[in-house]
Amino acid sequence: MPDEIKTLSSQLAQDPDSLVFLRLGELLRHKGQLDTAHRVALTGLERHPHLPDAHDLYARILADKHDYERAFDEWDMALRIAPDHVGALKGLAFLYFKIGDVQQAAAHLEAAQRVAPDDPGVAQALAMARGGGPADAEALTAPEPIAPAAQPLEEARVFAGLEGAQEGLLLLDASGRVLGGALKDSGGRDVTDAVAAYLAGVSQEAARTVKLLGLGKWTGLAAEGNHGHVHLAAPTSDALLLVVRDRAVPMGRLAVIAQRAALAARRWLEAHA
Amino acid sequence: MTAPAAAYGKALDLITRVRSVRGAMLVSAEDGIVVAEQLMEGIKGPAVSALAASLAARLRRAMEAAGVGASLFWHLQAEQGALLVVPTTGGTLVVAVAEPDVNVGLVRLELLRAAEVVG
Repeated sequence: MPDEIKTLSSQLAQDPDSLVFLRLGELLRHKGQLDTAHRVALTGLERHPHLPDAHDLYARILADKHDYERAFDEWDMALRIAPDHVGALKGLAFLYFKIGDVQQAAAHLEAAQRVAPDDPGVAQALAMARGGGPADAEALTAPEPIAPAAQPLEEARVFAGLEGAQEGLLLLDASGRVLGGALKDSGGRDVTDAVAAYLAGVSQEAARTVKLLGLGKWTGLAAEGNHGHVHLAAPTSDALLLVVRDRAVPMGRLAVIAQRAALAARRWLEAHA
Repeated sequence: MTAPAAAYGKALDLITRVRSVRGAMLVSAEDGIVVAEQLMEGIKGPAVSALAASLAARLRRAMEAAGVGASLFWHLQAEQGALLVVPTTGGTLVVAVAEPDVNVGLVRLELLRAAEVVG
């Protein structure tokens, strides 16, 4: 983890507009370096004031510092930007639970569960909110990854609970139509449609290439870029999955993320067939 | 393309020496034409090169749109083997066809070395 913090700090120094501040802030928070995490999150928030994940990160750090009033404001702001933001819904649920308003806590957790039905953390917290007393409140603060930003319901469900679901995972059909997920570049711009357009037909071309070589079915395509890595997989013969991460994520790790995402995508596609 | 033709053979030698590599090619990224090749019998060089170039072009555009920059190396994995590619700065693709048990890290290294030679 210290190496990752160093790497991310270096990346952020080179590109202050990068979204790596989200990961860096979360890692620092996990390590208990709350003042540094606070600075990182606040600087990121100044550069990305409309990014719900930035408000969510800042709120988590404020909550860790027991500044609940400001944490409430930040989670509230995240929800104004993205009404289905799971992290913000869970955060507000925690705060309501903290002041003894179990009904409001449960309502927020139920909203989170509608967006992310497969999130075990939400189910666990909801069970606590429904059945537990004040002593259980701390369980809702357990460190967890930044929750995905809100997306249309069907899209959010494809990769529910997976890392980077709304900024680094994309599911397309054979013609390049987006079925789920989203992509953002390092500046936070949504590049989903542009990338999808370029990837239309890649699956068929990969299949033709390996067939010509007598190599059987293609199972994946991993690529290193100057600023990041990508991994393509075919969850079904008619779909293409793209996973994008920055260069700090090793190719092997990316392949594991892609496998998990492909499995989730396959289940989702089968359920919607 | 900056290297003399003799250098192409040497560049391909670097790659085909790696165990489980079935062949290597230099391909023009722009039009998919084979520039030089050392392939085992049965591999259809011109067809594979055309598809590899097309795939490389799509991938390059998608990666640039995604903000991860130009591709430095890519690896198409299949049940019974792999296609590994390094684009050079001069518009050539250095391509290797390999068995499934190939040491990908080693081939990548040799492809990058070959790309430096080819330019």
